[in-house]
Amino acid sequence: MSPTPDDPLVLVRDLRVTFTGGRAPVQAVSGVDLTVHRGEAVALIGESGSGKSVTLRALLRLHSPKRTVMEGTIRVVGQDVLALGGRALADYRGKVASMIFQEPLLALDPVYTVGKQIVESILRHENVSATDARKRALQLFERVRIPSPERRLDAYPHEMSGGMRQRAMIALALACNPQVLLADEPTTALDATVQIQILLLLRELQRELGLAIVFVTHDIGAAIEVADRIAVMYAGRIVEEGPARTLIRAPRHPYTLALLQSRAHGALAKGSRLQTIGGSPPDLAHLPQGCAFAERCRFAADACLATQPPALELAPGHQARCLRTEATAAAANAVTAMA
Amino acid sequence: MSADDVGGPRQPMLRVRQLVKHFPLKGQWGRGAGTVCAVDGIDFEVLKGETLGVVGESGCGKSTTARLLMHLIERTGGEIDFDGRTVGGRGLTLKDFRRQVQMVFQDSYSSLNPRLTIEDSVAFGPQVHGVEARTSVSRARELLARVGLEPRRFAERYPHELSGGQRQRVNIARALALQPRLIILDEAVSALDKSVEAQVLNLLLDLKEEFGLTYLFISHDLNVVRYISDRVMVMYLGQVVEIGASEEIFVAPKHPYTKALLASMPSMDPDRRTQEAPLAGDPPNPIDPPPGCRFHTRCKFAEPVCITRVPTLAGDGHAVACLMHEPGSGHSRAAGAAA
Repeated sequence: MSPTPDDPLVLVRDLRVTFTGGRAPVQAVSGVDLTVHRGEAVALIGESGSGKSVTLRALLRLHSPKRTVMEGTIRVVGQDVLALGGRALADYRGKVASMIFQEPLLALDPVYTVGKQIVESILRHENVSATDARKRALQLFERVRIPSPERRLDAYPHEMSGGMRQRAMIALALACNPQVLLADEPTTALDATVQIQILLLLRELQRELGLAIVFVTHDIGAAIEVADRIAVMYAGRIVEEGPARTLIRAPRHPYTLALLQSRAHGALAKGSRLQTIGGSPPDLAHLPQGCAFAERCRFAADACLATQPPALELAPGHQARCLRTEATAAAANAVTAMA
Repeated sequence: MSADDVGGPRQPMLRVRQLVKHFPLKGQWGRGAGTVCAVDGIDFEVLKGETLGVVGESGCGKSTTARLLMHLIERTGGEIDFDGRTVGGRGLTLKDFRRQVQMVFQDSYSSLNPRLTIEDSVAFGPQVHGVEARTSVSRARELLARVGLEPRRFAERYPHELSGGQRQRVNIARALALQPRLIILDEAVSALDKSVEAQVLNLLLDLKEEFGLTYLFISHDLNVVRYISDRVMVMYLGQVVEIGASEEIFVAPKHPYTKALLASMPSMDPDRRTQEAPLAGDPPNPIDPPPGCRFHTRCKFAEPVCITRVPTLAGDGHAVACLMHEPGSGHSRAAGAAA
């Protein structure tokens, strides 16, 4: 069956990723569902160890097969990603979905010029001449707005500034016209004035090329600038997901609320203390039976410790895995009323 | 009031005049290849009991300034007075100065000795300064308890057995062990997750009140700087472009660079996302910085006079280095310009 235009480009169902290399197996991702349509940008946010990058890398099958067990379903543009092997997997990477990383200086090869790396990628995937590939590389550099593109194609990664390198990596990722762009903290290493340029570029590419973007970040601000929908991860699960506006204005999971409230922001009075989340995230090798956040949650009830809360549909497209969403709603409303 | 105080509360804790640091670059065949003007003639004061925030992009010289203040690197020129006395001069030896000024670095792991238990790390400094081993260890345990690390559980651990937030607490305890008066925090919370960052910021505020500390807080995160600082200094390519009370800088910035930096902060409102990047390109290389006003290459108000004339940092309280704010400078927007 061929995919229809309305089908989601990315469809993840009950994804479980377990790392088996250590003493005890680590459940980095335990049951993630994610749907991304054409032209849609979804941000995965969460703290270190929440499983956001592991989920993203699973979409491109970047985890070592020897030390990783992956279960569930990942369908990207109609292909069963977990079943791909050898040649088909190599064709999939870059042509269907491609990724940009946090540190372009590590992701790009230091001994080849950036132009050469883009040309190589095009020649690997498509049956075109080297001249045409180079022409395409030049267009890509113009597309991501690198000044004097002709000259920059012959530059080595170390000869470029941080923002320029990130643009070059985006050009490389787009070289074979993928439909899905995966971005792993793409602006974390950049300066503030450069970060906003890259965020705006991603938004523009999403709109003009109809890309589906999955964007991993720990910065809520960056997520808001780019994403239509935001998914909040905690201990390997998406605990809340919804349209960016809803999630920021009316969070329903206590962890989302706590994350929003712990941020330092301009409206805070001098000398006032920030709200913090007590305790620390659970050990992924020994996950609790119930809700993973219950131990740190101010609304936790006995039921929270006993079973895993199911995803609760609060409004179309807005879900939270929590038994006490009404408590969070009351707390969130109290904050809004005060402001 | 600390017993070390000599000048009284009105005397600045730290007075820096015309501080310069140039790093010569080694070229091929022993020839010089230019100079990195990391810090180029900066003047500022840190008042007793305040928190001075320092912001700027990479290469602006904020970390070099911190290292110069700590005398970790030798300055090319300029003067640093601590509480009215020249460091290394009469009355204040370098060792005495280092006891009163401590620093916390960004990388919590590399700034701790991996072979020492954290208790020994915290006790090490006082022992160097002549405190008996038993006394220093019991004091170290008190400090660990104070920063939230239960000594019975944590004192015997090694740095690799702790999380990033816990390690940064150890670094703070170590800085406090010598009963310093000024603590330089160089991106001390930048590597931490948001919820952990909030905990550490609260701790820093509590400690400041409890011990009557003065902070120099360096960060690229403007939200955090606004939250914690009484005054803010904005740096660009080795120079101070604006300095003033925190709320004045954030609410009514005067320098076009400060304005652009603030406008580059990601929006927290999904309905008011940033539409246009305030600045194009990356900050220029501090090797051979632009002549005149160093910001003229990226400034939308730049006029020919900005290339030839160097602005001076002027103004009481809220000082700015921009020709538009310098009467009679020749810039068309300056006061006294020919209409």
